[in-house]
Amino acid sequence: MGSLFAKTMAKPAAGLGAAKPTSAGIAVRQLTINTTDGGVPIVRGISFTVAPGSILGLVGESGSGKTTAGLALLGYARSGLKIAGGSVSIGGVSMLDLPERELVAMRGREITYVPQDPATALHPGLRLRTQMAECLRQPSGAREQALHGMLQDVGLPDPARILASYPHELSGGQQQRIAIAMAFAAKPQAIVMDEPTTALDVTTQTRVLQLVRALAQQHRTAVVYVSHDLAVIASLADQVAVMYSGEIVESGTAAQVIGRRLHPYTHALLRAVPDPDRALWLEGLPGQAPDPAQRPPGCVFAPRCGLAEPACTTQSPDPVLAEPDHMVRCFRAGSLHIAAPRLLPAVPRPAQPVSPLLRLTAVQAWHGRKVLHDIALDIAPGRATAIVGESGSGKTTLVRCIAGLHSAWTGEIALAGQPLATKAKARPLEQLRRIQYVFQNPYASLNPRQTIGQSLLVAARHLRRGERISRNETLAVLASVGLPAAVIDALPGQLSGGQRQRAAIARGLICQPELLICDEVTSALDVSIQATVIELLTRLQAERGLTILFVAHNIGLVRSLAQDIVVMQAGQLVESGETQTVLSAPIAAETIRLMRSAPRFGAAAQDEFHDGAALDASGMEAKPLRG
Amino acid sequence: MMTVRTWLRRTDWPTVFAAVLVILVMAIVILGPFLAPQSPTDSVDDVFALPAPGELLGSDVLGRDVLSRVLSGGWRFLTMAGAATILGVGFGSLIGILAALIGGILDEIIMRLADVVLAFPQLILALLFVSFAGSSLSLVVLVIAIVHVPQVARTLRAASLRVVGEDYVRYSESIGLPRRRIVWLDILPNVRTTLFVELGLRLTFSIALIASLSYLSFGAQPPSADWGLMIHENQIGIESNPWPVIAPVVLIALLSIGINVLSDRLSRRRGKRGRLQTAAHLAPVPAKLGETA
Amino acid sequence: MAEAVRAAPWQGGWGWISGGTIGAMLVRRIALGLVTLLLVSLVVFGATQLLPGDVAVAILGRTATPARVAALRAALHLDRSPMAQYGLWLLGLFQGNLGRSLVTNTPVAQDIAGRLHNSAILVSLTAIISLPIAVVAGIAAAHRHDKATDHALSAVALSLSALPEFVVGIALIVLSSLVIPHWLPMVSLVRPGHSPLETPRILVLPLLTLTLIVFPYVFRMMRGSMIDVLESDYIEMARLKGVARHRLLLVHALPSALPPTIQAIALTLAYLAGGIVVVEYVFGYTGIGAGIVQAVVSRDLPEIQDFTLILAGIYVLLNIVADTCTLALTPKLRTGRR
Repeated sequence: MGSLFAKTMAKPAAGLGAAKPTSAGIAVRQLTINTTDGGVPIVRGISFTVAPGSILGLVGESGSGKTTAGLALLGYARSGLKIAGGSVSIGGVSMLDLPERELVAMRGREITYVPQDPATALHPGLRLRTQMAECLRQPSGAREQALHGMLQDVGLPDPARILASYPHELSGGQQQRIAIAMAFAAKPQAIVMDEPTTALDVTTQTRVLQLVRALAQQHRTAVVYVSHDLAVIASLADQVAVMYSGEIVESGTAAQVIGRRLHPYTHALLRAVPDPDRALWLEGLPGQAPDPAQRPPGCVFAPRCGLAEPACTTQSPDPVLAEPDHMVRCFRAGSLHIAAPRLLPAVPRPAQPVSPLLRLTAVQAWHGRKVLHDIALDIAPGRATAIVGESGSGKTTLVRCIAGLHSAWTGEIALAGQPLATKAKARPLEQLRRIQYVFQNPYASLNPRQTIGQSLLVAARHLRRGERISRNETLAVLASVGLPAAVIDALPGQLSGGQRQRAAIARGLICQPELLICDEVTSALDVSIQATVIELLTRLQAERGLTILFVAHNIGLVRSLAQDIVVMQAGQLVESGETQTVLSAPIAAETIRLMRSAPRFGAAAQDEFHDGAALDASGMEAKPLRG
Repeated sequence: MMTVRTWLRRTDWPTVFAAVLVILVMAIVILGPFLAPQSPTDSVDDVFALPAPGELLGSDVLGRDVLSRVLSGGWRFLTMAGAATILGVGFGSLIGILAALIGGILDEIIMRLADVVLAFPQLILALLFVSFAGSSLSLVVLVIAIVHVPQVARTLRAASLRVVGEDYVRYSESIGLPRRRIVWLDILPNVRTTLFVELGLRLTFSIALIASLSYLSFGAQPPSADWGLMIHENQIGIESNPWPVIAPVVLIALLSIGINVLSDRLSRRRGKRGRLQTAAHLAPVPAKLGETA
Repeated sequence: MAEAVRAAPWQGGWGWISGGTIGAMLVRRIALGLVTLLLVSLVVFGATQLLPGDVAVAILGRTATPARVAALRAALHLDRSPMAQYGLWLLGLFQGNLGRSLVTNTPVAQDIAGRLHNSAILVSLTAIISLPIAVVAGIAAAHRHDKATDHALSAVALSLSALPEFVVGIALIVLSSLVIPHWLPMVSLVRPGHSPLETPRILVLPLLTLTLIVFPYVFRMMRGSMIDVLESDYIEMARLKGVARHRLLLVHALPSALPPTIQAIALTLAYLAGGIVVVEYVFGYTGIGAGIVQAVVSRDLPEIQDFTLILAGIYVLLNIVADTCTLALTPKLRTGRR
């Protein structure tokens, strides 16, 4: 299989990178990484080059092989994997041909790595001075000064204190700055960054990205930035490579890949990404990426591709250069029609004021200290209301109080006029039935020892006492969330994350609720799957007249789903109203800050929208944010 | 459909090996009394006679047939170990699960009491009870069951707490499911493996404790045939006829090793189930810390 | 991403023990140990109360004369209330007055001193021999994780950990008598008033037995924690930073893998306090363990009470040492949370 790829790739490779073998920066050729057990290819013959001072965004969803590829640039493979072929050149040095000792010497000197989660990647038992000094080339005499310089570069004050601390004494943002400082310390030729901002909140994320950009340019470093987040990549990278199931399916400059994309997968990914400035109609990507051990014959994306034709399922497409630097691996590349994105139709407010489904009055809550201050809020029936805020703003606590899962609260929460007891246990079944809760993490919210059908039945039998719940009804509910009938007898472990989240929603639906509380239900999912879940919630709201309470930290997502919005900060409600009004002209400082720091597509993406300016939804104002 | 080669590769040989050991010893224990060629308690020969055609393992300190005593000496001891294990694990897991679920003061009290019992070498605790309350066999069983309770309670409490912290229990709480239903539907099925592993582990310990007590002459009393007691009685004759010592020592060792390996394999299998192997390092799950004893 | 990350509920219960400075923690740990000892003393005393009928009669037998029974009752303070008996016993302990043996009529303290000395020699020699072997074997197995070395060592450890102590001891006796007859004594009697170090040959088999018993526990803990550390993100990060191999192992990995092992070592030594009971008995070694068995056989009430309490005391002490070592070696616990 490997040799076949080598042959087919040889043709475009010459034109693709056009880098001389001795050039500075990164040059990757035909990199292939297999599992040691069975030789299943995880990364399949990928090639790219990165020039000094520029940033390549390596985009992919979980399981695409992007992290494995990133680590291989350091000549490193995690246990169970081995680099099976290809070459990696860092500043002209061929990494994969080096003996172990010299390879170790390259790492940390010529090529460095920034981990995804510095909280676990910094050694918990060594002071930062020790850990940072290991990254320096300087002789021990000049060390202290160099260390201070490193910290200054990443904007950390009080270096003496920080150097004497252990990692756990710093905040997540500070830890990530340390990790970045360590990566740039040795003035390396190249840096691999593995989603370094995933663990940070939005505001910190923006600042860290600016820092990376500035340092890369200042030190003329070639950076490979691995991420699942297209918006982050779009705002940061000069070049973009999109990975799917171990292959690069499209690559080129950011403007090419995002603005003039040719691969249906790239297109689908982009259509799944929400935009904080507009109520986009998110289009999900059906199905899921193939298991590396059982890839389909032909194009790996064909089973999920709307444009696939018979040839796609039998033959694997070769990479083709569509324009200089713009590579795509698709038979149907020319037939992708990029229409202007659809916008959500506005849901008009009812003319007459209706009585709220849920009314919160003077709600206060404690988590040791006070975390909610005097919350007063009305939730209108049949509408989707989003609660947004940074982590620690109290948004999850608020919905947990409503669901009776958090008991340390006072004030009044009334469901259709009737006050709710503090704890779920003290509430009558009828009230419990009307409020259903969907948890953030679909991997923990379903009992692993119950089949999906059993999980649904337990909830339904308990809350709809006296009614007979037939297997057909269970199947109908599963079908309504887009799950196949076979799922009824499956254990959660046999389902993907997206399927589990659908099952969790189905468990809520079978109880016939009026209010569905969704606590960051998409944050554990890939973008393409996230969009399908948002589509589902939008449909359920329309079809069933369901009231949805949607907790989120992603403003763009909120704009694509919720009609109403509530912004929280430090346990207080700072702004609320109709989503489009609030986000188009935010008043509260916190709303403005959240909007400003939300990742957006850069100029590259804007082109597309200027061309297809015709908005196909009525009554929408898509005013860009001023300020 | 499976070829011989994949079968060979997929078979977990340590498990097969351990199962064979356990089945073999169990067969001797259960069928032994019916196969004994002579009375286990009658003197038939000289003291410490060497093996001969009629007496395959020779005779013991009182001239009794060693083979017959070995064949007859396992069932009582194994019944006691089994009973003590089931009692101890049953009671201990009940306490552990309740402590985890109810929490608060009850949890603190139970766990501090467990600390106290654990601050005491198990064998000495058993010795203490047996020495004062006499060495009746049912008492030995009870004492060993009690000795197991705190450890089992701790392990099951930790396992249940992991489950109680999961969102599916949170969901069950959010729909007001009664506590006993939560225990039955959510907790028990998800601590099942822990429970089985614990059963195996405690069975090994019960066997060791009961054999040790017999060996120290606080268990089965002469002239009954009992493996631990046989070792004690015949230790002085090792240089004349080692078989009355070797045979029970080997049987106890094989049985203990077999059960221990089985429960070890069971506790490992838990980690392997679930998502496909190739995806495991793409989305790494934090390695579970080994359970500390 | 997740908002209020819930503290794992089982951590909550220990907040009061893990919070604060290391000094405060130590004080709390010692206080807890003292409470434990007090409760243990209650258990030991309570157990003696379980004796059916008259303790004195039970000890002396039905044929004893009333005068002897009365004398014994007075000696044991059996004529007082249980609370008073308990109080007198504790008071005696604090004054170093451990009472007199009922069998030999010598002060218990005198007997204990010799036995403690012998047992201490046995246990410390075991520690000196077995701990380095187990630690090095554990590191080697972790380093060669899932290779032949690891599988072999782990199989040995798993099998050894299953065996009752006396089975290991007896097996060694049988082996030595068959393979090298008459080289090693099968009984390890220590002459009264002499140190076992004067006759090192009698120590060989008991030491070997204890070493084999201790090995699996320390080995498995060392191997397990080393594997966890070697697979951790921060070791991967250190590899990617180009840290040299010896520095990786000695500076990055080992210090993180040691605390659980040190705790395991202390717990193992504590466990030895119980393990020596059978092993000493097997070899007839005059230590505190064999002393307990003898006291129980002869129903020597004061000796049983004192011996068990002393063993429990050592056990509790070693547990405190274990916890202190863990605290001292874990910066996150030492400097508090963020």
